[in-house]
Amino acid sequence: MADSLKNKASIVGIGTTPFTKNSGVSELSLACQAVRAAIDEAGLKPSDVDGLVTFLLDSSDEIEVARSTGIGDLTFFSQVNYGGGAAVGLIHQAAMAIATGSAKYVVVYRAMNGRSGHRMGQGVSGQVVTSDLIHWSWYTPFGLLTPASWIAMSAQRYMHEYGATRDHLATVALTQRDHAQANPNATTRGRTLSREEYFSARMVSRPLGLYDCCQETDGGCALVITSPERARDLASKPAQIRAVSQASFEGQEQMTSFYRPDIARLPEMEMAARAVYTQAGLGPEDIDAACLYDAFTIEVLMQLESFGFCGVGEAKDFIVDGALTLGGRLPNNTHGGLLSEGYIHGLNNIAEGVRLVRGTSCNQPERADHVLVSSGVGVPTGAMILGCAE
Amino acid sequence: MDPDLTELEGRLQQFIGRTIGPPVVARDCVTEAAIRQFCDVIGDRNPAYRDAESAVETRHAGVVAPPAMMQSWVLDGPPREGIEKARTEQDRLYDLLSEYGYTSALGTSSEEHYERYLRPGDKVSAETVIESVTGPKKTGLGEGWFITTRTTFRDNADAVVGWIEFRVLKFAPKQSVARESEQPATRDPERPSRIKPPMARDNAWWWQAVEKGRLPIQRCAQCGQLRHPPRPMCDACGSVEFDSIDACGRGSVHSFTVVEHPQFPGYEYPIIVVLIDLAEGERIVSNLIDCAPDDCRIGMPVEVVFETGEDGMVLPLFRPAEASS
Ligand SMILES: [Zn+2]
Repeated sequence: MADSLKNKASIVGIGTTPFTKNSGVSELSLACQAVRAAIDEAGLKPSDVDGLVTFLLDSSDEIEVARSTGIGDLTFFSQVNYGGGAAVGLIHQAAMAIATGSAKYVVVYRAMNGRSGHRMGQGVSGQVVTSDLIHWSWYTPFGLLTPASWIAMSAQRYMHEYGATRDHLATVALTQRDHAQANPNATTRGRTLSREEYFSARMVSRPLGLYDCCQETDGGCALVITSPERARDLASKPAQIRAVSQASFEGQEQMTSFYRPDIARLPEMEMAARAVYTQAGLGPEDIDAACLYDAFTIEVLMQLESFGFCGVGEAKDFIVDGALTLGGRLPNNTHGGLLSEGYIHGLNNIAEGVRLVRGTSCNQPERADHVLVSSGVGVPTGAMILGCAE
Repeated sequence: MDPDLTELEGRLQQFIGRTIGPPVVARDCVTEAAIRQFCDVIGDRNPAYRDAESAVETRHAGVVAPPAMMQSWVLDGPPREGIEKARTEQDRLYDLLSEYGYTSALGTSSEEHYERYLRPGDKVSAETVIESVTGPKKTGLGEGWFITTRTTFRDNADAVVGWIEFRVLKFAPKQSVARESEQPATRDPERPSRIKPPMARDNAWWWQAVEKGRLPIQRCAQCGQLRHPPRPMCDACGSVEFDSIDACGRGSVHSFTVVEHPQFPGYEYPIIVVLIDLAEGERIVSNLIDCAPDDCRIGMPVEVVFETGEDGMVLPLFRPAEASS
């Protein structure tokens, strides 16, 4: 069963809207624009699409999108839970639908007015008493209200145990900001970042400061998934899904898995790593480039260890000498990532993974045969490996 | 302290522990007919309550009354002309607080516990004790006192069949506190408060214990495993039965963050949010107080303190402590 989804589906289309700070349109409009753009890019007609998958957090339901884009009939539709952890889950759902014949062409999407509308950093609150609301209520009275504050708790412990410093976090932030300068759709294009600016910016939730946090973005992103056989007949070079898996680990909470013995590691990400390496028959040494989920800089360091690119606690040493840059051992988030391209909840990182395999990234490394992409950190999550068609 | 308040406090103390009056004895025995009428009204179709024949097949081996009916057996009938209802100690307590300006009352919580099902033929009596009077507390409605009463229900043999603990907030609606020495302290109703937990079955008991100055840790009643935050089922053995132990309140900082931005109404920044390793082995999230943000350290020993916020909510917070030997 471990390799059951290996090479069973390919990503054949990418669509994005402009990423801005104020879209001036509804989230449904963004979703429809992104979905249509992805379908067009794949060289398909809307009516070819019979499956839609999105985030549970997305405000645009599948049927609204189907109706507005002319997709029409659907045989498969689904939503995946847990914030940014859902991104890879969308691909997982789509790949299963394709592999089982439940759908022929699935479009996955995420559209949000993340800056002009509901801002993720504005804290949790709620009216209906669900288990989720009770979960948050162990933290809200104490002022632990935002994603930055949740991840800061693990960051502090991680840095305490392994001697990583804000200087190392700065390296992640600066590298990705550099990458974004070549990306026409990056919200930070034209705004370079110096180490001095990084350190003089205000703190958000110590040890995380302003530039450790991702962009708040308005925008949409969509991807088209189909079978490798159908992919051959389409215009663009497909990115084949070598492996995809979701992962939620024992003691999992959303962003607050504080009760496991070791909070300085990401066991759900280690679990995802084991799953995708086994499924693809690959190891970390085979991965040429990555799009590691980067809502916060610290997450990149921790994942380098989860995915075995270095030993536990060694990420701070791994990243010196430009390992994450274009010419380095593991070019990471070559588009700028969530930190510097924009925060479309990680779906835009998967889009970059596809571009890397196609060879069309704005910062294309010499070699990108296998690209690793992960979704949300600190939440039930997942990972995937993309490669060229076989 | 305000002399008026000291005097009031002295008078309130005298009520604590008193029964409010002689036990109230049910006017009628538990009967199948009364049970059936009750179930008809609330739409309960459980055969154990309604139908003698099928009730025999249940584990009760006969008709029983729904636990929720317990209180109904001892309710007063409608007032009868010419007959004055006897005044209880609870009435006198309420009158005393009204005299001091705490004129309004609001039920805030109730907790029920059942020892056994009542059966036809049982005759119930109820005795109510004033358990505690705490305050004055500033709440969203105004300053007030929390009155907790416990009504114990007994059968003909005087055995306890259950109890109900009821909490009432007797408060001075905003702007009408009799004492004038402290006007600015009355909370501005428009002023936002911190985001409070919703009170539901799986968590309310924990916060209620905190309100009484305890720091409970949930314990599986079957296998004894501790767990925090509270959850309805033990992940070790699957039991849904639980009790709790009181943590000693000592621990050390496992990790922390100093939250500076964004700043939400109802909170004072910067906030040190700490993840504490409790002495009992469980972890809990709280705030560190009496400590400068730069002085907080992983591994630092801390101890619990209970603080009542100006919104009336009691929170278990932590402060630096001497290293325990
Ligand atoms: Zn148990």
